[in-house]
Amino acid sequence: MLGLNRKDLILFLIVVGLVVFAPFILNPFPEDSGLARFNAGYPDLMQRFVIFGIFAIGFNILFGLTGYLSFGHAAFLGIGSYAGVWMMKLLTVNIVPAIIASIVVAGVFSLVIGFICLRRSGIYFSILTLAFAQMAFALAYSVLTPITAGESGLQLSLNDPRILEAGGGSSIPAANFFGLTMRDGFEWALGGWVFTFNFGYYFCALLMLVAFYVSIRIFRSPFGMMLRAVKSNQQRMNYTGLNPKPYTLAAFVISGMYAGLAGGLMVAVDPLAGADRMFWTASGEVVLMTILGGAGTLIGPVLGAGMIKYFENIFSRLNERDLNALYDFLPDGLQGVAVSVSQMFVGDGWLLTLGLMFMLVVIFLPGGLVEGGQRVSRLFRRRKKTKTDDPEHHPQPSPHVGE
Amino acid sequence: MGILEVKDVNKRFGGLQALGDVNLSIAENSVHAIIGPNGAGKSTLLNCLVGKLIPDTGSVMFDGQSVLGRKPYEINQMGISRVFQTPEIFGDLTVFENVLIPCFAKRDGAFRMHAYEPMLAERDLVAEAEAMLDEVDMLAKRDMLASYLSRGDKRRLEMAMCLVQQPKLLLLDEPTAGMSRADTNNTIDLLKQINAKRDITMVIIEHDMHVVFSLAQRITVLAQGSPLVEDAPERIKGHPKVQEAYLGHAA
Ligand SMILES: Nc1ncnc2c1ncn2[C@@H]1O[C@H](COP(=O)(O)OP(=O)(O)O)[C@@H](O)[C@H]1O
Ligand SMILES: [Mg+2]
Repeated sequence: MLGLNRKDLILFLIVVGLVVFAPFILNPFPEDSGLARFNAGYPDLMQRFVIFGIFAIGFNILFGLTGYLSFGHAAFLGIGSYAGVWMMKLLTVNIVPAIIASIVVAGVFSLVIGFICLRRSGIYFSILTLAFAQMAFALAYSVLTPITAGESGLQLSLNDPRILEAGGGSSIPAANFFGLTMRDGFEWALGGWVFTFNFGYYFCALLMLVAFYVSIRIFRSPFGMMLRAVKSNQQRMNYTGLNPKPYTLAAFVISGMYAGLAGGLMVAVDPLAGADRMFWTASGEVVLMTILGGAGTLIGPVLGAGMIKYFENIFSRLNERDLNALYDFLPDGLQGVAVSVSQMFVGDGWLLTLGLMFMLVVIFLPGGLVEGGQRVSRLFRRRKKTKTDDPEHHPQPSPHVGE
Repeated sequence: MGILEVKDVNKRFGGLQALGDVNLSIAENSVHAIIGPNGAGKSTLLNCLVGKLIPDTGSVMFDGQSVLGRKPYEINQMGISRVFQTPEIFGDLTVFENVLIPCFAKRDGAFRMHAYEPMLAERDLVAEAEAMLDEVDMLAKRDMLASYLSRGDKRRLEMAMCLVQQPKLLLLDEPTAGMSRADTNNTIDLLKQINAKRDITMVIIEHDMHVVFSLAQRITVLAQGSPLVEDAPERIKGHPKVQEAYLGHAA
């Protein structure tokens, strides 16, 4: 179905399920319980999960398949955002032109930047992409202020032309999808729980599912196989009559367009674009997401993006009271110890947690969280099976692409 | 005029004259062996043929066209495939994918975006790749990652990747090094079969004299970057110059 094999289809349907029911899944704790602060089911954060999911899925098409580590992908995110806001200023606050423009403009930029950066490989490629991104960041702050509004950030204003829209009105119209306002939604109180359903989230989620589907198709296509060949052995490609460059450039442009889409969605749910979106830390973040989740796997980048955004938004806000609630089940003395130890890792210490986790994953699970999941499931499967292992020593089956 | 004409090729690495005035003419559909001691410049010569190195002087004509100044992938598209001294395969891909890639390369040229169709929907290419794997007796290892193969299997896989392209000229750089006796004999049989079945020219560099004398119709002896003699195998065996430079003592 859908041109996917059974395994991919199941994976895709699981992701569909998770995304659709995210407002429930991310809100496991009742509103008035002490653990409610661990809930992540509010629109702002859920939108970020799927938007950064798209960013990381695209980045993975370049890095996971071809092995080219771009350190400047946030530039395309930023460019996409600026293009999106301009469309909303010039044409209409309907987000469709904004999103199309953000994809196209980011694609054009990535074609040019990719063409130049791909003259080198390895660390030189990474440095070149980093240089371009920092250049874009600096330009957005200085010379290009008329286009980017510099430090204040580019935003909508009452006297924007918006030529596709009927004039008048005393306030800036809200970003919408043919009338469906992005920030609208409804809440559903159920027992002690309150679940929020937000249009902006579901719109982004739908596009993430499309992006995810396209990435599965790319992974499984001959084109995807060529990209893995680029990573594996460019020399052999050359002596097989294949020029690796156009394949790599195509992957670069595709991942740039994914970044542009993510940038466009960011302004669709919150019409504001700032240069800090292109800062090098933002480029580094998507690298972390992809590696943490599992580079070269289908679902890994999405998991990584979710993980990092959860830490950034939830862990960073936890305080002593939340920890006390978490450790409530422990006896008093132990509770105090546990809370004071954990305090180092939350609040301002969330980066420490993230750093440690990243180190542990890279050292013990080079395949990222996906490899962790595979190991756990293999453990269970082995326990179920009675000794059926054949006596021959086969090499450990290593995770093949996209598992 | 042969399918491959090498004229006055020189190549220096710093002070080292790796190739000195190499002249070589290789007849179409023949099997031509190049032998010579280690460091004689055999691999360097092949590198000059496939575009990995550019000779300092001289010309290399293949099928009436010069290969010099062309990119390696363009030279391959002219019909030259090469098996390397250390196997060059796609280690992170399965054995099957390794053979499938040359099938795609042959059909589509350098670049075609077929991102929209599942890989395995290409029935004819899949069948072709599997037939090739069967021919080299590796179908059982179809789904193994290529980097897990034994050294001998890697060589055979690389040979399959080259053969499935149906090149006009196949260059083999020590194709049986690291293979067991049985595997070596299988390889000899395979190459003999291929040569009988298809229009293919082979240039084979080999240390194993058993392989050379079972396959080659002409032999060139290279020593210190220059061809010493070129002749039919029977006469190379007894040639005094060859025994002095290469075999060391009377056979
Ligand atoms: N890329 C290179 N740079 C410098 N010297 C090289 C290079 N390739 C080969 N050589 C030297 O050229 C000589 C011939 O090497 P090679 O062609 O590999 O010999 P062989 O006949 O054993 O294949 C050797 O002395 C080798 O060290
Ligand atoms: Mg050699």
